[in-house]
Amino acid sequence: MQTERKIRVLIAKPGLDSHDRGAKVVARALRDAGMEVIYTGLRQTPEQIAETALQEDVDVIGLSILSGAHKTLFPRIMDLLKKKGLTDVTVFAGGIIPEEDVEEMKKLGIKEVFGPGTPTERIIKYVLENVPKRT
Amino acid sequence: MTMFDQKKLEEVKRERTRWEQTTLPNWLKQSRERKTEFHNHSGMQVKRVYTPEDMENMDYMRDLGFPGEYPFTRGVHATMYRGRLWTMRMFSGFGTAADTNRRFKYLLKEGETGLSIAFDYPTIMGYDSDHPMAKGEVGICGVAIASLKDMETLLDGIPLDKVTTSMTINGPAPILLAMYVAVGDTQGVPREKLGGTTQNDNLKEFFAQNLCIFPPKASVKLTTDIIEYCARHLPRWNPVSISGYHIREAGATALQELAFTIYDGISYVESTLERGLKVDDFAYRLSFFFASHNDFIEEIAKFRAARRLWAKLMKERFKAKSPRSMWMRMHVQTSGCTLTPQQPLNNIVRTTMQALSAVLGGTQSLHTNSFDEALCLPTEEAVRVALRTQQIVAHESGVTSTVDPLAGSYYVEALTNEMEEKAWEYIHKIDDMGGAIPAIEKGFFQKEIADSAYMYQREIEEKKRVIVGVNDYTIAEGKCPIEILRIEPKVETAQVASLRKLKRERDNRKVKEVLDKLHYSAEKDENLMPTIIEAVKAYVSLGEITEVLRMVYGEYKELIVI
Repeated sequence: MQTERKIRVLIAKPGLDSHDRGAKVVARALRDAGMEVIYTGLRQTPEQIAETALQEDVDVIGLSILSGAHKTLFPRIMDLLKKKGLTDVTVFAGGIIPEEDVEEMKKLGIKEVFGPGTPTERIIKYVLENVPKRT
Repeated sequence: MTMFDQKKLEEVKRERTRWEQTTLPNWLKQSRERKTEFHNHSGMQVKRVYTPEDMENMDYMRDLGFPGEYPFTRGVHATMYRGRLWTMRMFSGFGTAADTNRRFKYLLKEGETGLSIAFDYPTIMGYDSDHPMAKGEVGICGVAIASLKDMETLLDGIPLDKVTTSMTINGPAPILLAMYVAVGDTQGVPREKLGGTTQNDNLKEFFAQNLCIFPPKASVKLTTDIIEYCARHLPRWNPVSISGYHIREAGATALQELAFTIYDGISYVESTLERGLKVDDFAYRLSFFFASHNDFIEEIAKFRAARRLWAKLMKERFKAKSPRSMWMRMHVQTSGCTLTPQQPLNNIVRTTMQALSAVLGGTQSLHTNSFDEALCLPTEEAVRVALRTQQIVAHESGVTSTVDPLAGSYYVEALTNEMEEKAWEYIHKIDDMGGAIPAIEKGFFQKEIADSAYMYQREIEEKKRVIVGVNDYTIAEGKCPIEILRIEPKVETAQVASLRKLKRERDNRKVKEVLDKLHYSAEKDENLMPTIIEAVKAYVSLGEITEVLRMVYGEYKELIVI
């Protein structure tokens, strides 16, 4: 009998900012929703994030950033994921990302951007609906 | 002991019972209350009505006293805002030192009465603007200060004998303070006249703000170096701003903020006493920093309880003799995490109420957030409205005409007492753990805060807590309705170029010499302030100094507690 594999999520904090309240709340909410959640801790370089994603064999990556450096860091992260062959991983982002940057982020391959005030339920639902189940 | 006549109190009790059996049930039959139980943010149950019974055991002179006198519940100054208004100090910094210098001058022109520097993340983390970790972060969330040259530009034309400056800096605080001292020296301001504050509260970094560079013991050593140095050389400088603000913003309740902040204060008093200073030689310069969140009365009670609690601690635990050592002087910032990007103008109203709480709580200094700060750093218009909010509270609301206007309110006093009592419970618990550092190493604070943050979010999602514009009273919002301040990438390019030029042109032999000296001093565990002042004057950069300290102390590895 095959058991269904739990969805594996990496919550990652690139950038130098230390605002981890949102990342931790989201990590806990996804865990409470039955997912396997790995939280990287603060100030991870794009290289570290891509490497962790590979090592942990994750289905989803949530990037949380509030420092304003997303335009510098997200392209590097997406590029490294591609180089590591992690193109089937669903990437979403959250934090302070101005509306006018969202289009640009989506062009990089980031599937969704959740701003402040987003209910965790919506993020859970998003993950459940967008991540193909693996066994 | 009681403040009330016993007979009258009996009568109140009798009448309350009667009221509960007659008027109240009739009323409840007609219309139920909105909730079965009412709670404040700290999870304390709020009663339907408060009466003299809730102050039954209070003693006016013991618990409240007169303003400017022990236990300072009513304020640290005898006349409070009838004498001098609080300092209006707007936290600001972005782009290059020249950009922020212009913002400072604008704010001073508009009536701000003190400066407060927001540094960018590379500066806060001890990286030079040209460090690989700084890429994309230079000047974004604050001003980039990598060397004395930047500090000179930042403070250009600002008389340091007239304006006091607060610096939100922790790990690299000795370096930024050294730069400030150096600019003061250049301006010819005697060091005993230099006034301001370094946040320099490294303990809370490990469980709240999370901007840690060095491990806890080394961090407390650096904090204590500044306290000791200031006690001896900079008598008007507040060496540390013991901060609850970040604890609260990370998700703590008002009670946790109060208790954990006070505990950090206890730790710094202890670490400074170990240097051989007497408590009255330095305690008068310890200052505090709290958040002002949404629950109006709860916040006021917190500020009042904090003052009384600190005064008792200083007198009873640390045997301070001078009343000034028992003063809790505080800066307050309205709560950033209560701001919403949805319907941003609503934030002006939130900030106004929070500012009013801070003033009714007796703060010495106040920062009001701008309405656009859930979206970006404030534009000039937004920051002006925020400053005007303080000016309106100060000059139009009337609350500044008398000291501690809410004293004697049954609810305010009952809650002040409850806040204090419950904070003592936390303090004893942390004492039992062996103090703040063991509690950090066990993840105690981290877990407490993470649990509260999660619970707060759950309450919002379950609509037990209404946030206007977020989970109720929402509107379809199209394009962002306000102007957004953006920092251009050219800021980083220019800053990196100017730093590299400086590094080429300074006397690099002198730089090496003083860095070696610093290394030696750090290993010998000497007070590092004098050497760091010497270093910044030789234009050694912030990153270079931090690098030496990283070699000696090592780097902190985050303990992850979700």
